[in-house]
Amino acid sequence: MTDDELIWRIAGGSGDGIDSTSQNFAKALMRSGLNVFTHRHYPSRIRGGHTYVEIRATEDDVKSRGDGYNFLLALGDSFARNPKENAYYGEEEIKPLYENLDELREGGIIVYDSGMLDTDDIPNFDERVEENDWHVFDINLREIAKEHGREIMRNTAGVGVTAALLDMELDEIENLMEDAMGGDMLEANLNVLHDAYEMTNEEYEFEHDLTVPTGEHDEEQVLVSGSNGVAYGALDAGCRFIAGYPMTPWTDVFAIMSQNLPEFGGIAEQVEDEIAAAALAVGASHAGVKAMSGSSGGGFALMGEPLGLAEMTETPIVLIEAMRAGPSTGLPTKPEQGDLESILYSSQGDSNRVVFAPADPAEAYDQTRMAFKLAYDYQIPAIVIIDQKLSGENRNVPKSFFDRPVDADPGSVLTEEELAEAPHDESGKFERFIHETDNGVAPRSLPGQKDGRYLATGNEHNKAGHIDEDPDNRVAQMSRRMEKLVSIREELDEEHESQQSYRGPEDAEYGLITWGSQQGTVEEAVDRLNERGVSVKSIGVSDLMPYPEQEMTEFLESVEEAMIVEMNATAQFRGLTQKELGQFGEKLTSFLKYDGNPFEPEEVVEAFEAQINGADESPVTRTEIRPAAGD
Amino acid sequence: MSAFNAIGEERDIDRDEYTPGIEPQPTWCPGCGDFGVLKALKQALPEVGRTPEETLLCTGIGCSGKLNSYLDTYGFHTIHGRSLPVARAAKLANPGLEVIAAGGDGDGYGIGGNHFMHTARENHDMTYIVFNNEIFGLTKGQTSPTSPKGHKSKTQPSGSAKTPIRPLSLSLTSGASYVARTAAVNPNQAKEILIEAIEHDGFAHVDFLTQCPTWNKDAKQYVPYVDIQDSDDYDFDVTDRREASEMMYEAEDALHEGTVLTGRFYVDEDRPSYQEEKKAIGEMPEEPLAERYFADDYDWDQKRSYDLLDRHV
Ligand SMILES: Cc1ncc(C[n+]2csc(CCOP(=O)(O)OP(=O)(O)O)c2C)c(N)n1
Ligand code: SF4
Repeated sequence: MTDDELIWRIAGGSGDGIDSTSQNFAKALMRSGLNVFTHRHYPSRIRGGHTYVEIRATEDDVKSRGDGYNFLLALGDSFARNPKENAYYGEEEIKPLYENLDELREGGIIVYDSGMLDTDDIPNFDERVEENDWHVFDINLREIAKEHGREIMRNTAGVGVTAALLDMELDEIENLMEDAMGGDMLEANLNVLHDAYEMTNEEYEFEHDLTVPTGEHDEEQVLVSGSNGVAYGALDAGCRFIAGYPMTPWTDVFAIMSQNLPEFGGIAEQVEDEIAAAALAVGASHAGVKAMSGSSGGGFALMGEPLGLAEMTETPIVLIEAMRAGPSTGLPTKPEQGDLESILYSSQGDSNRVVFAPADPAEAYDQTRMAFKLAYDYQIPAIVIIDQKLSGENRNVPKSFFDRPVDADPGSVLTEEELAEAPHDESGKFERFIHETDNGVAPRSLPGQKDGRYLATGNEHNKAGHIDEDPDNRVAQMSRRMEKLVSIREELDEEHESQQSYRGPEDAEYGLITWGSQQGTVEEAVDRLNERGVSVKSIGVSDLMPYPEQEMTEFLESVEEAMIVEMNATAQFRGLTQKELGQFGEKLTSFLKYDGNPFEPEEVVEAFEAQINGADESPVTRTEIRPAAGD
Repeated sequence: MSAFNAIGEERDIDRDEYTPGIEPQPTWCPGCGDFGVLKALKQALPEVGRTPEETLLCTGIGCSGKLNSYLDTYGFHTIHGRSLPVARAAKLANPGLEVIAAGGDGDGYGIGGNHFMHTARENHDMTYIVFNNEIFGLTKGQTSPTSPKGHKSKTQPSGSAKTPIRPLSLSLTSGASYVARTAAVNPNQAKEILIEAIEHDGFAHVDFLTQCPTWNKDAKQYVPYVDIQDSDDYDFDVTDRREASEMMYEAEDALHEGTVLTGRFYVDEDRPSYQEEKKAIGEMPEEPLAERYFADDYDWDQKRSYDLLDRHV
């Protein structure tokens, strides 16, 4: 086993404090100078049900959860221990241990709570331990927790044991506990932590060679999740209104915003459904506030009509689509990139919207800000796509990355002085939807402004907003609205750094293409492939609409073959690429996965190698290789 | 500097200001009840003292939704059933606006029924006018949620098996703090009721009976009507929920038997509006949010903190 990375997995029942414990442990690792990445896996249940969080920590940049892991802390499942529930949940009780063993690497460590779990229940446990050279520590965490606090503090005892086994200092962990709690609760937790730490040091001999890697940051870091990135980006973009309806995984963004907006002088509304939520965002924006809404698959499907209304009335809004596996309610707590087509085209008529898909929490912040800027400058809906993976994934980001002022510019709104000078029709109405503009944007007025009266309507309308079916007017209005996307593409290409991320040697023979939350994983695969002598580079696409035609064309012209990696069954991004570029069909293959789990780097490596070696089938079960159009 | 000088501007308001100069002639059929709502609104609005600039009229889709084209205020002709969520957000964003929502009975009680219930429940400070003609007008005469049981149409050829919605009762139970019914054939009362509704601080729901001579020929023209406030036969306390509820029940039953009872059914001046409730719990700013974007001296960065990034829900 190498000790250049620690991948620590804490497993147990929902409600066992897995989230908070892993959060703190990740922060402690981050503060010790390491780069961290967390991955959360949970079932669609409230209490009980098996869940785990993985923290990968290395000295180098960390871009994905990696493959497998090397340290398991298995707590029990407190819920399943209720005798009444046993009949229903069956073997749930031992899941935290046996369900996780498949991915534990050779030479890895297992710490399990012998007060809750029994290895006798696990088939061939001893053989597997021997085969894989695992180091097993059966420690009665429950007992330690009960002695100094309450049984629920098993997680803290587990952290104490971990720290001892990995020879870590306790100060960062203590500091974080002090930040999170106080009083008796803090004291009890500290006692549990120390007791577990000392007991492990005294009573166990260590034979493993796993240690925590060391590292150093040039500057202070913060631990940010995809949902936090989106929410902080929205707040910094001057968003002061949110309306929503809960749906996993969108709820995280919604909850963070709802908890913070009032403090920031804004308004958060939990409303009756997603149609209302998006319609409220439209109403608030129409009245002059930067507004957002969002949902996940099914909820977003309901937003189609208000989204189209925003397009037709040219009302700026930002929607977040936190994808989960579909169709319908699908896999409620598992990621997929299957909503792309519905995000691009849902609602009637020609779609006219901006769509971004950030790669990681930092980019989620960046692109949410950019989404607001473009939405309000161009009076167009902008959609930011995240998914169940990115929403709960934590990464360390330098604090200075967020050193940007709040953008309070409401975009293309005229002042009353400007409105007095602006064109009006014979009846005195402001011509808000003029035909001729430089970039498709016809400046707007806000209700309450003098000389700004007009009618906003989802029907086709004339310059002053009146319903109008005249063919010339129709063409002029449609063309102007569509022109915005061209202008936005120009602005993105010229004034902003590329939104896409590139990896690998520029002159590489082959290409890997991916989008959204899979970018980090693919980049890690590119590094490994190059180390193994395969000449490959990648492009990770973060802005999907207006489509980055120039960058994609250049990339595809420069490689012989390219494989598009995405988490859906119908190759949706590949479809978009072929539609937008109208060529390269014979160069493109797809690597698809839709089993509810994100890609792991090694999977991508294997599939890519198989593909260039001419394999017909995917080397990895539950994934699929789709041949090129010319094959 | 305020970007909204037109809000709160004090001046005499000319009736004609609400009438568009060269606007399209209404496309409503001759004899349509919708003309009555337009007329009553044009009379009520100047008396309320709000200028066309500070008035935002949000309509749904239907013949009724076209009201917006014929009344010269700021307008938002939204989508079928969704005038309320758009309207109430605009009011939250800029409470200085006089927000009125309007639409048909299909729009408001059918497809938008859920929003109706919840907007009433929250008691948003706004007025909601439902053009109740007991039929789908714009889509050419299908049975609507207020059509009487047994009503035959192309989409309900054997006659509807459903009992109609009780809009007044529904509104009261949902939480509206002002509930009234008036009729296009009763212009004086309509104007009075609209003035009251607009001035009311809370959700004011007006079920406005509008005849549709084109598709609902057998429907009564809502005459003769009785103004319950003028009649000694209907003595009840409009501020008492129970009494109001009984009166509504009677009015809703009577309508299908040919007796048209109109007037104020429920008035609660004490219940705080949603905005006030939200202010009280610290979830709504004192100053209009929309204005903040134009205030030169507002410090946008004041609450910013890295703790937020690190905080997890
Ligand atoms: C989502 C949606 N469904 C259906 C329609 C078609 N539609 C337009 S108006 C209308 C009903 C109109 O009836 P009502 O709301 O009672 O208004 P009226 O025309 O009688 O004033 C319908 C079904 C639509 N525009 N949008
Ligand atoms: S169809 Fe009925 S509701 Fe519509 S305009 Fe004609 S009369 Fe009025």
